[in-house]
Amino acid sequence: MLRKSVFSFLLGAALLGAGLPDAQAQKASDTLRIAMRDALTNVDPYYNNLRTGVVMSHQAWDMLVYRDPDTFAIKPLLASSWTLVDDKTIDFQLRSGVTFHDGSPLSADDVVYTINLVSSSDSKVSVPTNTNWIEKAEKTGDLSVRVTFKKPNPAALEYFALVVPIYPKAYREKVGADGYAKAPIGSGPYRITKWEAGKEINFERYEGYWAASPKGKPAIKNLYVRFVPDATTEMTELLAQRVDWIWNVNPDQFDNLAKMPTLQVTRKESMRIGYLSMDAAGRYGAGNPLTNQKVRQAIAHAIDRKTIAEKLVTGGSRVPLAPCYPGQFGCDSAAATTYDYDPAKAKALLAEAGFPNGFETELVSYVLPQWTASVQGYLQAVGINARVSQLQIQAAVARSWEGKNPLYMASWGSYSINDVSAIMPNFFSFGGDDYARDPEMKRILEEAGSSIDPEFRKKSYSAAIKRATEQAYWLPLHTYVTTYGYSKTLNFTPYPDELPRFYLSKWN
Amino acid sequence: MTRFIFRRALLALSVVMTVMALAFVLTRLSGDLAISIAGPGSTQADVEVIRKAYGLDRPVLVQFFDWTRLALTGDFGNSFFFKDKVSNLIGQRMPVTFTLGFTGLAVALVISLPLGILAALNENTWIDRLVSLLVMVGQAMPSFWLGLILMIVFGLQLGWLPISGTGSWQHFVMPAIVLAFTAVPALTRLMRSGMIEALGSDYIRTARAKGLSRSSIIFKHALRNAAIPVVSIAAVQLGFMLGGSIVIETVFALHGVGYLAWESISKNDFPVVQAVVLVLASIYIGLTLVSDILNALLDPRLRGA
Repeated sequence: MLRKSVFSFLLGAALLGAGLPDAQAQKASDTLRIAMRDALTNVDPYYNNLRTGVVMSHQAWDMLVYRDPDTFAIKPLLASSWTLVDDKTIDFQLRSGVTFHDGSPLSADDVVYTINLVSSSDSKVSVPTNTNWIEKAEKTGDLSVRVTFKKPNPAALEYFALVVPIYPKAYREKVGADGYAKAPIGSGPYRITKWEAGKEINFERYEGYWAASPKGKPAIKNLYVRFVPDATTEMTELLAQRVDWIWNVNPDQFDNLAKMPTLQVTRKESMRIGYLSMDAAGRYGAGNPLTNQKVRQAIAHAIDRKTIAEKLVTGGSRVPLAPCYPGQFGCDSAAATTYDYDPAKAKALLAEAGFPNGFETELVSYVLPQWTASVQGYLQAVGINARVSQLQIQAAVARSWEGKNPLYMASWGSYSINDVSAIMPNFFSFGGDDYARDPEMKRILEEAGSSIDPEFRKKSYSAAIKRATEQAYWLPLHTYVTTYGYSKTLNFTPYPDELPRFYLSKWN
Repeated sequence: MTRFIFRRALLALSVVMTVMALAFVLTRLSGDLAISIAGPGSTQADVEVIRKAYGLDRPVLVQFFDWTRLALTGDFGNSFFFKDKVSNLIGQRMPVTFTLGFTGLAVALVISLPLGILAALNENTWIDRLVSLLVMVGQAMPSFWLGLILMIVFGLQLGWLPISGTGSWQHFVMPAIVLAFTAVPALTRLMRSGMIEALGSDYIRTARAKGLSRSSIIFKHALRNAAIPVVSIAAVQLGFMLGGSIVIETVFALHGVGYLAWESISKNDFPVVQAVVLVLASIYIGLTLVSDILNALLDPRLRGA
């Protein structure tokens, strides 16, 4: 409440606009000043688990392949071509003439070194599942590498495009892992000129970057990224024109910010999905109401997801019909059983299930409290009395994995991987987040995940989607929308994979 | 006297040990570090791999004794998130916190001493009441709120001062003022009451009778005596300021020890949290020990305590 009124005052003050300094100065000095809240403590891309870290890695490092942000097509990057030898083997032909920021040329040794290092079980990387499906990499020539997998991975190229940046072997071995974390170099469009853990990163355009890259040579010479922990402080910096770009702005502030003459605000739907898990397997207590299919269907009918998406999340948020992001490979919305908002039907289903007067349960959540409250309200309206436990994300996740959440509101971003294999197995393969524990679901998804035949995979995923929605195991609530605020002098395009591409930005 | 110092030092040491144990236990109670390292979007398989890799699957007691053994030799281990030694991290950030703490204390003294004297000289007049009102408002105002208001006025509207960061001395102006405000009420009140007491004492009457000038009476005679408790309270306030600047460092994105503590707490980076708590507690306990000993030196009656 206090924060909100402070904010309105802040905007009022900014609109009056007394004595604002150097509005155009940053365009003149060709430096894009960026503020972010999730401070990076280690800029080495394999040793942090933050979205900020992935964003930074794509500015300063190149991956083997590139995913076109518009079409999601996989294009050559460090690898000029590749061949799928079989289900578990891929051959990469590397591009010649690519250099790291110290001027040393990229070779097969760098790729083999990186992949073998980060896929080993004692690598201590922050997100092991990004790389631990890889068996090994072998050098097959000065510029050719063979990578083998432990098991078939249909989304392998997506991983290579997003989360497998290539280290310079000679440099990293010379300075060691700690030295590298302090002064990292890659082969991306920007090089890191200064880095202070948790505080700031300075980037400068790498003049030796290869011109034909699909990432292109950056138009803006310098990036200055600063970590500001407090959302209000960050907003004040933007209003005072001391930073040029921020993101993850609270959706409530969209209209206010849009009124600022020096700023622009844009929103873009992302791959992240907000969802409601229901204890179908009875982990919370055998025979509890949620183990009844009719009760779960009643809940699906009870919640007005369209209104939540349009009025609370705003900015083009949609209700996914299937338990996956609508654009992901295999996410066949037509296979899904749909549940319209229909409280009368919900009540009838509850009565059929033997709960004409509803029941008591608990709703655990780490998403925005107002979103939790709206779901609680819709449940209340059909007689389900859900106590809300609004928790910090780590506590909620820990409880979820222990099977202690009867109803659980959370979100999943699929690591921006545009394939159903990055979402459904997490919720239906008997992991901690699997509230259904349905052997049939597990079997279908394992089959789909161990084949690289697209038609077979599509068919399997459709079957999985059909079963999951019929049973109402897992209710997708809405897609997330990311809000960006930035200077009018900046030409910036947001993409659904939540990866701001500063190397594609330019000044107006 | 030697016995007294020895006893006090032993007491201080046992407080430090208690703090160490508490810091360890509370951090373990606060959450699962393996989940933190793996991140909120991680799978359970990720977390199990990480738990093993970082030795977090060992019994808690084993982890505690390992840590204590090394901590006693000054080795606080490595941060799980920063690729760096904890001692380096604290060393790098201590200067920011010290600069902020000392500047804040200086600003607090510059504001509260004249206010307290002014109020005492005009006891029970509207000036005194106005000072009391200001002090009360200062005490009631949350520091993050004052910080935001200063940002709006001096950072946004007037554009005189930078809003966040640590680039130059200007970056410390607003945070130091906000931090000072947490100490101003206590110091002003103490100055006022000390001054009133001093002004009412016999030696001041004698000084007046001797025909000394008003300023000489106030500054040379009364203030010197009234300032003694203020100085000792100021030392305690400094301890509070060094440890209590977490909110202010976070609001202004000043990369000091307080901000480090906040970052580490939110990430469950136990080694850093434990070390920060231990270091700040030790500074505080050290200051208290020194002031105890000094007081005992000045006043023999306290030595039996």
